[in-house]
Amino acid sequence: MSESLNTIEEFVASDYKYGFVTNIESDTVPPGLSEDVIRFISAKKHEPVWLTEWRLKAFRHWQTMTEPKWPNVTYAQPDYQAISYYSAPKQKKALNSLDEVDPELRKTFDKLGISLNEQKRLTGVAVDAVVDSVSVATTFKGELAKQGIIFCSFSEAVKEHPALVQKYLGSVVPHTDNFYAALNSAVFTDGSFCYIPKGVRCPMELSTYFRIEAANTGQFERTLIVADEGAYVSYLEGCTAPMRDENQLHAAVVELVAMDNAQIKYSTVQNWYPGDKEGKGGIFNFVTKRGLCKGANSKISWTQVETGSAITWKYPSCVLQGDNSQGEFYSVALTNNLQQADTGTKMIHIGKNTRSTIVSKGISAGRGQNSYRGQVKIMKGAANARNFSQCDSLLLGDRCGAHTFPYIDVQNPTAQVEHEASTSKIGEDQIFYLNQRGLETQDAVNMIVNGFCKEVFRELPMEFAVEAQKLLGVSLDGSVG
Amino acid sequence: MTTTKLKPAGDVATHLAAAEAFANSAPGPEWLRTLRRNGVTHFTELGFPTPKLEDWIYCNVAPVTKLAFKPAAGTDAGVTAKQLAPFAFPGWTGPRLVFVNGHFASTLSVLPAPQKGVTITNLAAALATGDQQVQAQLAHHAGLDASGFSALNTAFIADGAFISLAPNAVAAEPIHLLFVSAPGDAANTAQPRNLIVAGANSSAKVVEHYVSLGGAAHFTNAITEVSVGEGAHVEHAKFQEENLEAFHIATIQATLARDSRFLSHSISTGARLARHNINLVMTGQGVDCVMNGLYAVGGKQLVDHHTVADHAQPHCGSHEFYHGILGGSSRGVFNGKIFVRKDAQKTDAKQTSRNLLLTDTATVNAKPQLEILADDVKCTHGATVGQMNDDALFYCRTRGLGEVDARRLLTHAFASEIVNRITVEPVREHLEQVLWGRLEELIEKK
Repeated sequence: MSESLNTIEEFVASDYKYGFVTNIESDTVPPGLSEDVIRFISAKKHEPVWLTEWRLKAFRHWQTMTEPKWPNVTYAQPDYQAISYYSAPKQKKALNSLDEVDPELRKTFDKLGISLNEQKRLTGVAVDAVVDSVSVATTFKGELAKQGIIFCSFSEAVKEHPALVQKYLGSVVPHTDNFYAALNSAVFTDGSFCYIPKGVRCPMELSTYFRIEAANTGQFERTLIVADEGAYVSYLEGCTAPMRDENQLHAAVVELVAMDNAQIKYSTVQNWYPGDKEGKGGIFNFVTKRGLCKGANSKISWTQVETGSAITWKYPSCVLQGDNSQGEFYSVALTNNLQQADTGTKMIHIGKNTRSTIVSKGISAGRGQNSYRGQVKIMKGAANARNFSQCDSLLLGDRCGAHTFPYIDVQNPTAQVEHEASTSKIGEDQIFYLNQRGLETQDAVNMIVNGFCKEVFRELPMEFAVEAQKLLGVSLDGSVG
Repeated sequence: MTTTKLKPAGDVATHLAAAEAFANSAPGPEWLRTLRRNGVTHFTELGFPTPKLEDWIYCNVAPVTKLAFKPAAGTDAGVTAKQLAPFAFPGWTGPRLVFVNGHFASTLSVLPAPQKGVTITNLAAALATGDQQVQAQLAHHAGLDASGFSALNTAFIADGAFISLAPNAVAAEPIHLLFVSAPGDAANTAQPRNLIVAGANSSAKVVEHYVSLGGAAHFTNAITEVSVGEGAHVEHAKFQEENLEAFHIATIQATLARDSRFLSHSISTGARLARHNINLVMTGQGVDCVMNGLYAVGGKQLVDHHTVADHAQPHCGSHEFYHGILGGSSRGVFNGKIFVRKDAQKTDAKQTSRNLLLTDTATVNAKPQLEILADDVKCTHGATVGQMNDDALFYCRTRGLGEVDARRLLTHAFASEIVNRITVEPVREHLEQVLWGRLEELIEKK
């Protein structure tokens, strides 16, 4: 335990390097978790009684649970009583110019091609640009409201739209679901809420807004997206810029609900701090994401690019309840140095003629360990269900590992389930060919890796696909030679 | 031989008491007595596996533990050669070792003509003569702690087949090991322990065959350890056609030395609950192994195959083919693991699992698993679950076959693909007969 404490301490200590400072206010609760703390959080956020009760129910259940041991990852278990579960929004010390920012960080920004204004915003430089973005955000908000789309922070939604929140909160990921989901249900502080009314096609990628408004996501985030009949929304979470955060443990919950003919496209780019080359520090990313295709002909599509975090543990899933509904999962997971990822998906086919597609690309470099863990479950009533899964692994170096744990459970004879997996490395002949064409070995590797991930990048919104490609290059830096 | 009297209702405690009594009183050299006691200790710790364990998640063995437990002390004299006639392979001329309730029955067996460098006998006899290989190899391959069942088997080591080949020896004919459960009211428990030691460049073909004479529930808990020496070639076929009340738990653990070749076949049609663990460990370079399997079950049967291809060394190849045909409300489980250890470069591992569901109520749980820690490898796995291919059916029908016949033809072809990999012809013939009958049953019951 002392080890994990050390890591947390180091994290806190290293914070200054990037110019963050936590403003200790009187209403920060001391570390530890108890019913009192939960009541405190709830009271602080002026939550209705039902939500307080819901949190407490989750907390009581959480106490009976133990941390899952089955993922193929090793780490020092966080001390849940050493975490402070509520602190008021942080105050960042404003920097005067970009020159004060860590040069390493700036180099990465440059490689990613992030605009100067955005760089400033991400590093907390106080300039007018930030004000600009806020006004842009307000414009977007107006446009969304005109269409009847609700898009706000979770706390705001609890206040403004309690009926909607109460109806859907925990309907996809119940508070009893798993250890981290229960913890999140008990202590979540904020997140996003999105409701698309009947027949509305959300006019923009909600990403843009999100990147501007909600960079300060917090440790226990809760996202709920509901697409009513015939609605469409594309949502992007995270961003390619490296995110430094002093919280080591991240346990978020994302719930999606799609009604008849609705479509939700959820894309994630995750680039949390992965720890240094020796595996010190780094974020533990334990996320529960699940989508419910409730209505007929609905569709939920998950796309993720996971390059950061010391430990990634997430399985964005689809419950295909409505007839003819569709689930998709496209994933690129990259582990370098001592990173570990245990990620994949679950496709639960309940309705008739449901279809699911899984494309998972795992890349391991350095001493990284990459696991795909997925389940395809065809229930008895899921006549004519169809699944295609493909999980490919690419190994760069001889000290990394790739693992595949697919579970295929079929209870209906009309179902067709296919699973394919392959493991390969970059051929010397491929590198040689590209060297011959004048490309450096590192660039050649980047190019081949990007080709390997093409099927997934194709699913990302355009501008993000470009950034994600660059991100892979940055994350692979130094993996060759 | 000692007879242990036991209460009819079985649970861990009764099994444990019996194991302790046996380990304390059974004859044998000191090392064996120690080994049995170790088995008891491990069983005390492990107990029976529960579905909470990842490896037993789909295989609930609770009914086994509830079964009245009657460890068979010796062979049942009531079994006659005539009763065994249906289990003979057509045109078989080779040796046949018969074990009744796990104990060798010399009167029913046909021992081979003595051959230099080839020992084919039973474990009890080999222990009695003090064969050095037994002490050197027994329980050196299969871990006691793999599961409660392995520990239990070890606690009860008494008899089984023992085949030993000196370097360069080639067994003249394939060897048939027939494990029979004698009819009786109480449930027999047989815990055979087989050991096959193939010296460098030797060669043998062994058929393990499990059958029941009565229709009553019985329990088989078998372990077969195989040590394949450098450059040796061993073919091991296992055929399990026990009655539909039986419980069958078995492990085949093979250690494959440099440049050896090992063929494993597992055909399973019987038993109410059948669990097969087949673990191959490649400890030398240049090994080539094949895992070939077929299960055809119906009713309320559960058949579970857990296979492991452990590439501990570079330049090895493993090829795995498993086909399942599931009718009634049966459940088929396939869990295939491929491990590629650090530095096991140039590994070529391939795994295919295909399952055919004949009814709405049959279930398949497939888990093809890869764990790879080396980069210069070629590893693929594929798993499919589904119905018959419509195109294939259509093709057959354009050639004038009725739909029922076309389905029958394709189902048989699906099974034959596996059976045809067995190189011992009489076994193939017997299998075809039995399988044909079984498949007809499954298709008709549909």
